[in-house]
Amino acid sequence: MSDHQLRVSKIPRGTVIDHIRAGQALNVLAILGIDGESGETVSVGMNIPSDRMGHKDIVKVEDRELSQDEVDVLSLIAPEATINIIREYEVAEKQYLERPERVVGVLSCPNHNCITNADEPVETKFDVLDDGVRCEYCDTIVREDLAAHIAVE
Amino acid sequence: MRDDHLITAKQLSREDVESVLDRAAEFDADPAAFGDRHEDAILGLCFFEPSTRTKMSFETAIKRLGGDTVDMGTVESSSVKKGESLADTARVIEGYADALVLRHPSQGAAKMVGEFVDVPLLNAGDGAGHHPTQTLLDLYTIRENAGLDDLTIGIMGDLKYGRTVHSLAHALTNFDADQHFVSPESLKLPRSVRYDLHEEGAMVREHTELEEILPSLDVLYVTRIQRERFPDENEYQEVAGEYGIDLETLGPAKDDLTVMHPLPRVDEIAPEVDDTDYATYFEQAHNGVPVRMALLDQLLEGDR
Ligand SMILES: [Zn+2]
Repeated sequence: MSDHQLRVSKIPRGTVIDHIRAGQALNVLAILGIDGESGETVSVGMNIPSDRMGHKDIVKVEDRELSQDEVDVLSLIAPEATINIIREYEVAEKQYLERPERVVGVLSCPNHNCITNADEPVETKFDVLDDGVRCEYCDTIVREDLAAHIAVE
Repeated sequence: MRDDHLITAKQLSREDVESVLDRAAEFDADPAAFGDRHEDAILGLCFFEPSTRTKMSFETAIKRLGGDTVDMGTVESSSVKKGESLADTARVIEGYADALVLRHPSQGAAKMVGEFVDVPLLNAGDGAGHHPTQTLLDLYTIRENAGLDDLTIGIMGDLKYGRTVHSLAHALTNFDADQHFVSPESLKLPRSVRYDLHEEGAMVREHTELEEILPSLDVLYVTRIQRERFPDENEYQEVAGEYGIDLETLGPAKDDLTVMHPLPRVDEIAPEVDDTDYATYFEQAHNGVPVRMALLDQLLEGDR
């Protein structure tokens, strides 16, 4: 089996997240809460040559479709990604990412003095800006390295 | 969330500001004449950090309107010390009061409490976040002394952490006001505030030297450069002197310049300025009562 075949090998059902910006694959796994202990079969390709992007990453998760929350956060760190829902070895749906207006309960606020970092019964809420996100509680704007603020369970 | 909580100055439109200031002027003219307006009203004071003046100013305001206060006391003596959440504390105290005032060290605390309580909530300062009632009394003072339109204002000092500055700058975008920001490089406006001002279409003009703009100013709003913000005492000493004003610094200013300061001051304004017509900071502090009377009157009225 050639390298090429290995990379594109088909899965029976699940999700293929393609055109992830090179270097972001592990962050994508973090968003999906995949740490190798949950039992899913996951394949990761990194730095794969791509006509459109130069290099790209790709993540395939078997037997799993993504929730809207997961898709929303993906759109923040991998805006060019395409999500292919696979059923019976075929692409059943193709989804392009759209930036949401806000993300709730997914990112943690980098401001230690923010009320969302105190022990209070409140979820984080971030408004999505053109070039970052902004905490609705303390107004802190996060532009770089959003993936570092993903609150993974 | 109730729409009559006052969490941030950003909520306030020009009409909102003007209606509070007009009402405040009525109370200001004869503060003792309204003692039967809200005879049964109870205001809950939730101060999670000490602020004697803000608290006294709210107490005075509600008492002038005929009402009274309940006070959770100091944090040390309350159940907060036992680990109760702020959300729970607020939900208990709202059962005792017709409106709540909250001062808390965490940013966003007032917004969160506003999501849990059903009585009107006034944010009296949340960490480095917002302090909208201060902004209203600042605007009242500016309107009385210089007018809010066709205004050139310099805002000087710790612009990074000074929440009064952030709220004021935002509120001023409702008016025809030219805003100049004067601070050491390390204490410039934070990017979230610059973002908001740009969104509002306001010009953000930043300076490191007061001389550059002093002669054009109608109002100079001075804030404390906070020693504790500096990692290094020498660095503090270097900038502190540069951002203090005395009669000599004010030489090139217009005769009718209004000098303001949210107080307490340390050495930003020399005492020799106090006796001049420039000095407006004590008047500014006194304006807290009529302005808070106007706000409380509006909230309690809406509750009937
Ligand atoms: Zn925050």
